[in-house]
Amino acid sequence: MAKVIENLYYSESHEFVKVEGDFGYVGITDYAQHELGNVVYVDLPDVDDEVSTGEEFGAVESVKAASDLISPVSGTVVEVNEALEDTPELINQDAFSNWLIKIQLSNKSELDSLMDAAAYTKFCNK
Amino acid sequence: MENKRTCLYDKHVALGALMQPFGGFDMPIQYSSIIDEHNAVRQHCGVFDVSHMGEVYVTGNDAEKYVNHIFTNDITKAPLGKIYYGMMCYPDGGTVDDLLVYKMEENEFFIVINAANIDKDVDWMRQNAEGFDIAIDHCSDYYGQLAVQGPDSESIMEEVLNLPCKELEFYTAKATEVNGETIIISRTGYTGEDGFEVYGSHAFINESWDKLMASGRCKPCGLGCRDTLRFEVGLPLYGDELSKDISPVMAGLSMFCKFDKPEFIGMEALLDEKTNGVKMRLRGIELMDKAIPRHGYKVLKDGKEIGEVTTGYRLISVEKSCAVALVNSDIKLGDEVEIQIRKKTFPGTVVKKKFYEKHYKK
Repeated sequence: MAKVIENLYYSESHEFVKVEGDFGYVGITDYAQHELGNVVYVDLPDVDDEVSTGEEFGAVESVKAASDLISPVSGTVVEVNEALEDTPELINQDAFSNWLIKIQLSNKSELDSLMDAAAYTKFCNK
Repeated sequence: MENKRTCLYDKHVALGALMQPFGGFDMPIQYSSIIDEHNAVRQHCGVFDVSHMGEVYVTGNDAEKYVNHIFTNDITKAPLGKIYYGMMCYPDGGTVDDLLVYKMEENEFFIVINAANIDKDVDWMRQNAEGFDIAIDHCSDYYGQLAVQGPDSESIMEEVLNLPCKELEFYTAKATEVNGETIIISRTGYTGEDGFEVYGSHAFINESWDKLMASGRCKPCGLGCRDTLRFEVGLPLYGDELSKDISPVMAGLSMFCKFDKPEFIGMEALLDEKTNGVKMRLRGIELMDKAIPRHGYKVLKDGKEIGEVTTGYRLISVEKSCAVALVNSDIKLGDEVEIQIRKKTFPGTVVKKKFYEKHYKK
């Protein structure tokens, strides 16, 4: 059974946002890593790149296929998780701790349209 | 149309396999992890349900002549038990399928074809049988098939399945009686490792699978790692590296086309390709970066499109990202090219299609 964590925001394309002040850490959920299988490559944007809600900002790749990453929020990339470059399998070990990018949020009201843990659990079980 | 199921379907589901459609069948893609299953085959032993593969018997006075007519390789005066790899081609040289031909008896050949092509192949064989004194017996529904692959496979075949196979040479087969049933064992596979394939009734295949699982000596392996294993050692997959538009010569497989035999369907076209050259051919590409090329991604040289990736992976046995691509034939080994991956292009070098050495027991 896939893990879902309280107090995070979730998208229908299985990304999460963990909010700290004006910043959001974006990653993929435990459900997503489980569906993907062995993660072998992560393609991330550069620091200072702009991302927008609903738009692709990179890809996470399993042995078999590439899956686009869709940003659940808008803003500027202020940090990327460089550890994933050499050890992408960290996502399989703990998807929620191993966020992909840190974003300076440009519009926090976008968070309102994302799901909470309860709604996301229900969404995954559909 | 509903997908077909192999005789081991319920066992895959019970093992928690990820099931996906392949070649008209619901097949196990992975049980635990593609990487673990891949490594099991390279290091110890893995067992695959490959019952989706099709089987056809060709028998009769003209069996040898007929098989030589539809098949690119030459089976003339083959010794009993010998197996040949080759293709069936259209008159224009395009590939109908790639297949194995087993010579089981004088005038009796056992032919193994790809699941996705079963109906097309059997139709093709029947259409081209006119004037030959032969019978074509399509028996895909009768046979199940297991592939036992990896360095430990010989001892596991002998000790777990009690199937004598030590004496079996690479690319040979024998028929054996087990509980009143004739089964076929061959030293073949699709992984680049030593290994065996076993053909028998659904009951026999189920019993053998259970024994292998109970032994704890081999891992159930899905089609996910079957593809990474075959790709690393440069084996083609019909649909990716061979098709009606990709001939054996374009695929670099002319060694399996014998132009010194009297005739076969497609011979003229293929000989012309071999003599006068082809427009496009398959090449290996090794990327400098970790980015992963995938089927359909564009290949560029000096910014100009020169072809497309047929298969690509981040390899599991060695740390490299590699592709096989159909590119303009003026592209040579050692050339620098780029592959377009999403918004960026990544540099790579044209190399041989074999990215990892085979470990056959010959």
